[in-house]
Amino acid sequence: MSTVKYTKDHEWVRVEGDTVVVGITDYAQTQLGDVVYVELPEIGRRVQKGKEAAVVESVKAASEVFAPISGEVIAVNAELSGEPGRINSDPMGQGWFMKLRIANPREMDDLMDEAAYNGFVEGLH
Amino acid sequence: MADSALRRTPLHDLHKSLGAKMVPFAGYDMPVQYAAGIMAEHLHTRAKAGLFDVSHMGQARLGGAGAAPALEMLVPGDIVGLAPGRMRYTLFTNDSGGILDDLMVTNAGDHLMLIVNASRKHDDTVHMRRHLAGRATLTPLEDRALLALQGPAAAAVLARFAPGVHGMAFMSGAATAIGELPCFVTRSGYTGEDGFEISVPAISADRLARRLLAEPEVMPVGLGARDSLRLEAGLCLHGHDIDETTSVVEADLAWAIQKRRRAEGGFPGAAVIARQLKDGAPRKRVGIKPEGRAPAREGTEIFGAAGAVIGRITSGGFGPSTDGPVAMGYVAAAHSALGTPLQLMVRGTPRPARIVPLPFVPHRYHRG
Repeated sequence: MSTVKYTKDHEWVRVEGDTVVVGITDYAQTQLGDVVYVELPEIGRRVQKGKEAAVVESVKAASEVFAPISGEVIAVNAELSGEPGRINSDPMGQGWFMKLRIANPREMDDLMDEAAYNGFVEGLH
Repeated sequence: MADSALRRTPLHDLHKSLGAKMVPFAGYDMPVQYAAGIMAEHLHTRAKAGLFDVSHMGQARLGGAGAAPALEMLVPGDIVGLAPGRMRYTLFTNDSGGILDDLMVTNAGDHLMLIVNASRKHDDTVHMRRHLAGRATLTPLEDRALLALQGPAAAAVLARFAPGVHGMAFMSGAATAIGELPCFVTRSGYTGEDGFEISVPAISADRLARRLLAEPEVMPVGLGARDSLRLEAGLCLHGHDIDETTSVVEADLAWAIQKRRRAEGGFPGAAVIARQLKDGAPRKRVGIKPEGRAPAREGTEIFGAAGAVIGRITSGGFGPSTDGPVAMGYVAAAHSALGTPLQLMVRGTPRPARIVPLPFVPHRYHRG
């Protein structure tokens, strides 16, 4: 079973060996509303945990997506440029943003599991 | 988190029951969108009809025999020449020809009805009281709600309850009843579509809104889509596209200064505006179409072909009906010709754009 972990900024990561897939949560896409544009990092770029890794734009506003962990970008979801609405319709699946090669596995320990994240979102209401 | 300091419109409970996402706007707790979302609400308004709560806007009555000439001391519009039942868009100007606020004025027979922006209504009231004392009587209508029904199906929907509205021309207004509810209805709006704004006593607002929402063509629409609709329609938002520092001529709103007022003046900033009408203004508000998909937001710097900053975007976002980014902004007059290529600096990256005619989506007003 794959492990999915979450940040307080509403990104998720799914561990696949020494890499992770990164996206934003269902809560995040609901808050953003209809996504109309996404700006993804270049492949090969090294992103830093907590720093901007992508930009997602709704009709109303632009929002930063932060890197949940540090790592090298090894793939991005090119489908999103033509169909950014996938972030709304399937945020945990087809709406993924990028794949990172994990730089420091210990950073994974700072992320929340699903139960902890659900509790965190509950507390926001 | 609910902010208890925020004011609520008479439709607040209705917004909550419709699942609206509420945000603070001009001191009010307002719906930015409902469950359908901004994109669906926008497209539905252009296809059928959207119902907007614009009760946060300022409604006021200006009475007295000399109300029209008195108001002309503060605005460049021809108010004296406004026939009974007719409505006009005008502006409160300052001594440098800048724009304190934009407003709608309707000749309601024995008085004028004014609709001003929510964020400016307090200052507008102070401004009018200071300058019009003894000439006209200003009565803010705090106990009334304002609903906008906008879209190609708006007239058919409203006529089911008020058959007389079919015959109204765009930019006209009349006291009427919607079912048994007395209202003041104008055929107007700020979406580029045909539609109506309905001033109704606060106590009847919820009943009226639910009645209209029960019609199959009507969807509730929030401030998010109101903003994208007016931007596609090329209409200015005060505090963004127009303010005290943008002159009426720079804002490309000189069409709102009728012939007699151009000749006679007699409003704040008349000399500056007359000079700019003759010699041109240093900068101009223009439509801007970014190439590609990336929206360019308010505040984005505009660069000319020579690489120098020539202006700034004042409204920018995604236009659901144009299916792409749309923007308005000010550029130096020398660079304001249609078709002029521009570069927009979006997050440090220059992106190509072009000056295009406004509106982005043709107006579909009912000319009668």
